[in-house]
Amino acid sequence: MEIEVRPGLIGARVQRLEDPRLLTGHGTYVDDLQLPGTLHLAFRRSDHGHARIIAIDTEEAAAMPGVAAVVTAADIADGVKPYRATSRMPDYHPTTLPVLAADKVRYVGEPVVAVLAENRYLAEDAAEQVAIDYDPLPTVIDPEAAAQPGAPVLHEEIGSNVILSRSFSRGDVEAALAGAPVRVAGRFRMHRKTPAAMENRAYLADYDQGRRALTLYSSTQVPGIVRDSLAEILDIPGNRLRVIAPDVGGGFGGKTPLYGEEVLVCHLARKLGRPVKWCADRLEDLTTTSQAFDEIVEAELACDGDGTILGLRAEVIGDIGAYSIYPYTAALEPVQVISFLPGPYRVPSYHGAVKGVATSKALTGAYRGVGRPISTFAMERLVDMAARELSLDPLEMRRRNMVRAEEFPYKTPVGLVWDRAGFMECLDGAAAAADYDGLRAEQARARADGRWFGIGLASYAELTGLGSRISAAPGMPVNTGTETASIRIDATGAVTAAFGIASHGQGLETTLAQVVAEELGVRVEDVEVVHGDSDAVAHSTGTYASRSTILAGGAATLSARALRQQVVEAAAHLLEAAQADIEVADGAIRVAGTDRAMSFPELAKAVFVEMGRLPRELREQVDLQVTKTYDPYFGTTAPATHLAVVEIDPETYRVAIRRYVVAEDCGRIINPMIADGQVHGGVAQGIGAALYEEVVYDDEGQILTASLVDYLVPTAAEIPEMEVLHLEIETEANIGGFRGLGEGGTIGAPAALANAVTDALAPLGIDIDELPVTPDRLFRLIREANKDEN
Amino acid sequence: MSGGHVVRLRVNGVDHEAEVEPRLLLVDFLRVQLGLTGTHVGCEHGVCGACTVILNGDSVRSCLCLAVEADGGAVETVEGLGRVDDLDPLQEAFREHHALQCGFCTPGMLMTGIDLLRKQPLASDGEIRAGLSGNLCRCTGYQHIVRAIRASVEARDGD
Ligand code: FES
Ligand code: FES
Repeated sequence: MEIEVRPGLIGARVQRLEDPRLLTGHGTYVDDLQLPGTLHLAFRRSDHGHARIIAIDTEEAAAMPGVAAVVTAADIADGVKPYRATSRMPDYHPTTLPVLAADKVRYVGEPVVAVLAENRYLAEDAAEQVAIDYDPLPTVIDPEAAAQPGAPVLHEEIGSNVILSRSFSRGDVEAALAGAPVRVAGRFRMHRKTPAAMENRAYLADYDQGRRALTLYSSTQVPGIVRDSLAEILDIPGNRLRVIAPDVGGGFGGKTPLYGEEVLVCHLARKLGRPVKWCADRLEDLTTTSQAFDEIVEAELACDGDGTILGLRAEVIGDIGAYSIYPYTAALEPVQVISFLPGPYRVPSYHGAVKGVATSKALTGAYRGVGRPISTFAMERLVDMAARELSLDPLEMRRRNMVRAEEFPYKTPVGLVWDRAGFMECLDGAAAAADYDGLRAEQARARADGRWFGIGLASYAELTGLGSRISAAPGMPVNTGTETASIRIDATGAVTAAFGIASHGQGLETTLAQVVAEELGVRVEDVEVVHGDSDAVAHSTGTYASRSTILAGGAATLSARALRQQVVEAAAHLLEAAQADIEVADGAIRVAGTDRAMSFPELAKAVFVEMGRLPRELREQVDLQVTKTYDPYFGTTAPATHLAVVEIDPETYRVAIRRYVVAEDCGRIINPMIADGQVHGGVAQGIGAALYEEVVYDDEGQILTASLVDYLVPTAAEIPEMEVLHLEIETEANIGGFRGLGEGGTIGAPAALANAVTDALAPLGIDIDELPVTPDRLFRLIREANKDEN
Repeated sequence: MSGGHVVRLRVNGVDHEAEVEPRLLLVDFLRVQLGLTGTHVGCEHGVCGACTVILNGDSVRSCLCLAVEADGGAVETVEGLGRVDDLDPLQEAFREHHALQCGFCTPGMLMTGIDLLRKQPLASDGEIRAGLSGNLCRCTGYQHIVRAIRASVEARDGD
C-alpha cells in the first residue's frame, strides 16, 4: 500500500482504505447479513394508479407453506404512529404517509399487504395469493391538468392536487421585460428520472427481546434521520434503537427518505420477536424508490443590446408524485428549481413561481443535483438563445453576465449569497482546456461537410455544505446544518474516529482518515473511521447534498486538533519538555531536536494504565477523547462550467459525445483521485438524464419503465472519456476550505448536452427544450423541421 | 429450501453438494446456501451484470441460471480471486485506478474483466468498453474501470 507521507496528507492521492474488502467480496451490504430465524417479507402492491380498496382477502395466502403472517394496514395500526412531512413553509399541505395503504391506493407499486415467510421465494408465492378488490378511480397523470380545478383529487382532505406554492421576486421584472430590446422564451421539460443505485433498497430488523432493543440494518444514506424518525413512529427511545448502514451500494438521493418498508420491518420484528428482512427487487426499486427531475419550466429572459441580462421570469410546475416525501417534503426539488434558476449570473430583476402538484405516480425526492439540473438546463438554454438573437458567441455571452471576482459576496435574486468562488475561472478554464476557438473552427469544417457537429456550454453554481442557517429542504423540521466527530485514542494507542455521516461510495472512510491523520499527526492507515451508525454520535443526519466532506471534515478537524493538544500536554509532561517542543507526526511523538520520543501506545499506557506517571489534575484533563460539532452556519459556493462536443448520426440519430470537459472549483481537494471519480460519476448520470433515462407512466398510471431493459442506465459504451480540471480556489466559508463536489456533474451535463445538440442542429433551426433527447425525439424534431423547410 | 434435486458444484476449487429446489437460482445458491455473498444481485433480470460469475470458463449471469443447470460445473466467484492482504492483479489495478466507489457492481466487473482478459485482445479502449457494456455501474462513470483494465491488458501483454 502506497501512502504518501507528510507534509500534505490532505491533497494526496491516497488509495482507498475501503477497497480491499469491497474488491474481495468481503463488503457487507444489508442483503449479505444472514441472521438465524429471519423471516422474509414480500409485498402485494397496488396495480392501480388510483383506486379505492373495497376488500382484502388474505386467507389463502396465510395458509400457504412457510407463511408466518399476512399483514394489512389494520393489523399495524396499534404499533405504528401515522407520520407526515411537515414544514414551516406557508402554502404547503402535508400528506399522511401510509406504511400500508388503508382505504385508497395512489400509485402503482404502493404497498398494500405484507407477507412474512421462511424465505423470499415462499413469501412471494403467498403474496400472489392475496386477493384485493379495488374500485378504480380516475388517475391524475399530467401535472398541468392535475393542477386545474375540477381534476380528480388524490388527497381529499387537501381538496386540490396543488400541495405547495412558492415564489421569489426581486426588482420589477415586468418593467425590465417590457423595455428590453431582446427577449427569449421557452418551455423546458425535463422528464422524470430514478436514481437507480445498483444496490436495491434493503432492510433487516433485529429485535433483542431481553433488552427490548431494536437494531435496523438499512441501506440508507441517513441513519441518523431514520433513527430519530423511527423513535417517534414506533415509540422507542434512541438508546434502545440503533440504525446501522453497513456497506451501501450507492444512493444518489434515493436512499435519503424514510421508507414505509423500514418502518414495517422494525414493527414486525418487534411484534414477532424474529429478525425480519426485506430486500427490494429491481421492479420494486424502479416503481417505489423516490424519483425526481420532473418539472416543466416556462421562462423568459430579457437582455439589452449588448447581451447584459435585465430580467428573468419563470413559472414552474413540479410533478411530485402521490405523496409529500418524508422528511424533506415535496417542496425540496420544485423550490430548488426557482431558487437556482438565475444561475451564476447577475440578474437584476427576477420573478420565479412554482407549484408542486400531486399525481398518481411514485413519490419524488432527492436525486443527485436536486432541482438544479432542471434550473441549469432552462437557464443555460435561454442564455444560448439570447446569444443567438444577438449574434454573440455563447462563451462571450456568459462572460458578460457572470458574477465577477470583485462582486463577491453576491446576493442572488432569491437571497442566497455566493461567496468568492471561481465562476469566471471555470468558464475560462473549460474553454482553454477544450481549445474553444479550435473547436469552433473544427465545427465550421464539419458543417461545410454537412455534418451535425455541436458545442455546448453550461455554467452553474451550487451551494454545498449547508450550515444551520440554511435548511437542506425549505422549512423542514430537521437540522441538516451540523455534524459531529468523536475521536479517541484508546488504551492500546489506536485511533478511532466516529461520525454520523454514512459513506456509500464517496470514499469518506479514506478522506476523513486523511483529515484526522493530518490534524492529529498519525498515518492514514492508523485511523479507523466509524460511520453509518446512529450510535456513533448523539446526533447526525447522514450523507447527501454534497455536505459530508465539509461538515464531517470540519468536525474531524476540530476534534483532531483538540485531541492533538491533549497528546502534546501529556507528552510534554512525560518527556519532560515544553509543549512547544513536542512534535507529533506519522504516529510518533518527539521532542524537537532530541532523540527523546514515544509512540501512541506508550502514551496511551501512561495515560490510562500506568497510574502515577501523570499528575492527577492532568489525568482528569487528558482522557484522549474529544467530541466536537461543526456548523459552517452558511454554505459554500461550488461553481463549474461543462463543455460538451457532440456529433449526431444522420441515420440513427444517435448523439455521440466527442469531448466532455469539466472545469470545477471544489476548493481544497483532499484526494484528487476520489474527486475525479465523483465528477465522472456525476457527469455519467447527467448524460443519462440528457440522452437516455426517462420514467414513463401511461394514462392509467401504469409504469412502462419497470425494468432495466426499459429504463436505460448508460453503460461503458455510451459514456465518453471525460477531462476534468479542478480549480482549487481558496474559500474561508468553512474550516477545511472545502467545497462539496458530489452532485455537480449531474447538474451541468443535461444543460451542456442540450446546448450541444441544439448547436449541432442549428442549420435546421431546432431547439432542444425537452430531455432526454432520445433518437426518437430527435427523429420527430428533425422531421418537423424538414417539413417546415419544404 | 429443499426439494429433492442434488446439485454438485465445484466453487473456487472446493466441491459442494446440496439438495435444492429446482427453481433455486445459482446466485441464491452461492449467496444463501454457501454464504458466498461477494456475488451481488442488482436486477434479477439479466441486465446489470452484478451477479456475473465464471461457469466452466465462461462468464454467466448467475441470476439467469438455475443451480440445477450448473450441476457438475465449476464456478469461479470474486471470493476465488485475491485476499484482502494479497489482491489479485486485476483487483490491485482496480484499487490503483480507483475503479470502484460503492463496490456493488465491482465483483461483477471483476469477473467480466477476468473473462475478457483471458479471451480478448482488448487492443483499444473501445473494445474494453464494448466488453464491459453488459455491466452497469452507477457510481464511477466507467472511466477508471476502463483505465484499470487497460493497465491489466498492458501487464498481460508485457508492454
Ligand atoms: S442481477 Fe443478474 S444481471 Fe442483474
Ligand atoms: S461502484 Fe457503485 S455501482 Fe459501480
